This record gives sequence, C-alpha cells and structure tokens, in this order.
Amino acid sequence: MALVQIENATKSFMGTRVLDEVSITMDAGDRIAMMGPNGAGKTTLVRAMLGFYRIESGSIRVGGFDPMKQRVKVLENVSFIPQTPPPVRLSLDELLRFVERSSGTEREAIIAEAARMDLDVQGHLRKPFFKLSGGMKQKLLIAIALSKKSDLLVFDEPTANLDPKGREQFYQLLTEIDSQTATLFITHRLDEIEALVNREITMDLGKVVNDARL
Amino acid sequence: MKNLFLIAYLDIRESLRSKWFYVYAVVFGGLMGLFFITGVSDSVVMGFTGLSRMMLIFIQVTIIILPIFILITTVKSISGDRESNVLEYMLSFPVSLRDYYWGKMLGRFITVFTPVFFALLLGVVFGLVHGGDMPWRMIGLYSLLLVSMSFVFLGIAFWLSTIVKSSDIALGGAFVIWITLLAFIDIALMGLMLQNRLDDNVIVTLAMLNPIEVFRIGAITLFDPELTVIGPVAYYLLDTLGSVWLMVYSVVYPVIVGVLFAFLGYTAFRRKDLL
Ligand SMILES: Nc1ncnc2c1ncn2[C@@H]1O[C@H](COP(=O)(O)OP(=O)(O)OP(=O)(O)O)[C@@H](O)[C@H]1O
Ligand SMILES: [Mg+2]
Repeated sequence: MALVQIENATKSFMGTRVLDEVSITMDAGDRIAMMGPNGAGKTTLVRAMLGFYRIESGSIRVGGFDPMKQRVKVLENVSFIPQTPPPVRLSLDELLRFVERSSGTEREAIIAEAARMDLDVQGHLRKPFFKLSGGMKQKLLIAIALSKKSDLLVFDEPTANLDPKGREQFYQLLTEIDSQTATLFITHRLDEIEALVNREITMDLGKVVNDARL
Repeated sequence: MKNLFLIAYLDIRESLRSKWFYVYAVVFGGLMGLFFITGVSDSVVMGFTGLSRMMLIFIQVTIIILPIFILITTVKSISGDRESNVLEYMLSFPVSLRDYYWGKMLGRFITVFTPVFFALLLGVVFGLVHGGDMPWRMIGLYSLLLVSMSFVFLGIAFWLSTIVKSSDIALGGAFVIWITLLAFIDIALMGLMLQNRLDDNVIVTLAMLNPIEVFRIGAITLFDPELTVIGPVAYYLLDTLGSVWLMVYSVVYPVIVGVLFAFLGYTAFRRKDLL
C-alpha cells in the first residue's frame, strides 16, 4: 500500500481552483522535492494532506487514513514544518511538553538534535518561542520534526531563515533519516537539496505539471 | 482526554503570561473584592436592605465589565491562532479537535473565573475575620450567577472565534453583541414599553432571552427581593415566576445558551476548513 495516495484532489478558494485534480502517490523511501511558482498550490496540498482543508472532490489517504475523518491517526505518523515559524507564545519548556505529551516524542532526543545544529535549548527553556530569532525557531522546529518518529516528513521551505552553516548542518541531519521514511520538501532552491532527493514534482496553477523519478 | 487537560493547562500558562489577564484580575478582582468587603462589613452594621444602592453600583459594573472582558479576551483565542498560523502548527500534532477545542474552553473558563473566585474568597475571609453573620446564601447564589454569566459569554466568544476567519472581525462581532445586549436591558425595554411601540409580551420575552438582563435581575433580587430599584419588566417576571423560579432561571438559562453556542462553535470547528 502506498504511503500517500492522492486521487483527483480538487480544492477552490473563493471560486478559484487552487488544487485542480491533483493525483500523486508517495511510497516509503521517496525523497521528493516539490517545486513550483508562488501560489501554485503547494502549501494548500500539504494542508489538505494534514487534514486542515476539506477537499471538494477526489480523495486523500495518508498511511491508509482519511486526513479529515482520522486526523489523529494520520498525524501520529507525520512530522511537519510549516512555511513560516508560527509566533507560538508558549515557552520552550511548555512547547516541548506539548510535543512530548501529544506525540510521545522524547524531550532528550529533541534537545540532542537541536544541539547538533548549535541550538542550545536548555538555556532558553523559559523563553517564549516567538522571542527566539528566526533561525533559532526554525532549528527548533526541525529538531522537533526529526525527533518525532514518523513515516512521512513534510517540510514547507524549512531553510529560509537559516544561516549557511545552519543549512549545512540541516542537510547533514537529513542524510541520516531512516531510509524507509518518506520526505516531502517544498523548496524554491532545488540545487541545495538535489543530492538528497530521488524524485521531483513540479506544480503550477493547482496542477502537477511534472513528476520525475531521478 | 489527556490532551484536553494538556491544552487547558497550556492555555492557562499562556494567559498567565499575558497582560490582559493582569488588567482583568486587578480591575475585576479588585472590584469584586471591594464589593464583598464593603458589602459584608456594612451588612453587619445595618443589615442588607440599606445596602441596595452600594450593591447596585457593583452589580452594574459587573454587568458591563464581565461580558466585554470575557468576549474580547476569548474571541481571539481560536481566530487569532488561526490567523497567525499557530493553529496550523499545534494541530499538526496528533491532538483531536475535540480535545483542542474543549481544552481551550476549559482553560479560558478557569482563567476568567479564577480572579472572580479569589475575590469572593477574599470577601468571605474578610467577613469571617470581622465576625458577624455571613450571608452564605447570597454569596453562594451570586457566585452561581457569575459562573453562569461567564459561561454564556465564553460560549458566545468561542462560537464567534471559530466561525469567523479574521480576529478583527471576531472582535468587531463581539462588540456588536455586547452593545446590543446592553442596549436591551431594562432601561431600553422600559422606554419601548412606555412608547407602546411593542407588545408587552415581546418586551418580556426579549428581557428573558437576554443573558445580561437575566443576570441583572437575578443579581438584584438577591439584595432587593422586591425589585423596587429596577424596571417594570423585572418586576413583572418576579411576579409571574416567583423568586425561587426566577433564581433557577437566572442560573440555568445562561448555562444552556452558553453550552448551545459552544457546541455550535465546535461543530463549525470540525466541519469547516481549519485554516
Ligand atoms: N485560506 C485561504 N483562503 C483563500 N485563498 C487561499 C488560502 N490559502 C491559499 N489561498 C490561495 O491559494 C493559492 C495557492 O496558495 P498556496 O499557499 O498553496 O501556494 P504555494 O504554492 O504554497 O505558494 P508559495 O510558493 O508562495 O508558498 C494562492 O493563490 C492563495 O492566495
Ligand atoms: Mg507555500
């Protein structure tokens, strides 16, 4: 069974089709770079996969589950980094508690992962998340996503705020991801992750215009 | 269920870190404290009826402050998180929508009610230290009225917060609801009655449907059982229902409305796009 099965998914906002009969299948071990111009519908597709948007027609299954009807089942096996770090007002300690309790991810694992990107979590535990610098926020989100045991990692442009060194460290961590885990990278800089991917999907105007295995 | 309490706990922690909570606690809690301190200590001297004027002022203040405080601080909880994409991140973890929504609501209820509760406690402690008879029945009923009024506005605020996409619109909506309800308390109703613009039954129905008016009548009957100080609508209600049923209605009706709105909000939260 495919890990992700999207069939003819269609979604409109205010009369405009943002997803237009999108069909994609993702399997374990797929390393996908998803590209496409601004407004192509990449973020919308990911949000539909995670159960945030109800599609009008077609179907989406993640791990065999319907993201709207079985959100929790889907999300138990997905790690997600949003396009922009959200201004979460919880302190790092509280955020980590939320992650630990809701998804069973170990705090120690997150702290260790963050340390590998030179982010000191222990020293900032009482700080509200939104007061971290842009790059620090992103590193923490990456550390959380990589520590959570998932079958699918979804990264919506995770490197935007990272300095060159942070980016290097991040790519290094990505090479260590379990080979059975599928990853979906949304990116505008293919050259940076080219070595890490085995499949490229391009979207434009809500459609998949190219899907190539490398 | 474990996530419900987790969400409630985190919401409380978040509120405790925000400025509105302290303004709220100081303004409202302080007022409540004053209310009970002066009310209780004076009552020892002169008994209750002499106090109506003092208490009336406090009740009027509560009527105005409590709803708007609850509305403006709560109406942004879901709509604001949605707008800032906090909701997107938090709900990308395996938390059910049920746990998230009701957890948020539980957290807000505790945050909103705790200052009031402590103010009440303060009043009681003060009264006990001063000696004299404690008006337990009154304190109990007044607390119940406060709980049910907090509840109805919490329900309305969560409903608004869920159905509206932007937090500015949610805030605007909250103001409109508040102003409308305030405009239809007894004074305005009495005006309509005098002008004979509306049928009396309509006016009484309007009064009984308005949670602010219901709280007002309920609270005032506690101190002024004859309701001499407020309008004819309240008097009519007291006359037809009797004081016991009037009190039951004042406590139960807002809770029902609150639950109804909270459920409408929950349904919208589950059915519609989350972002
Ligand atoms: N919640 C929403 N309400 C209305 N329109 C929306 C909503 N979300 C997205 N859109 C619209 O849908 C289209 C696709 O947006 P989407 O965010 O999916 O693009 P994207 O491919 O991720 O672009 P980018 O590369 O800029 O991130 C855009 O035209 C956007 O304006
Ligand atoms: Mg996007």
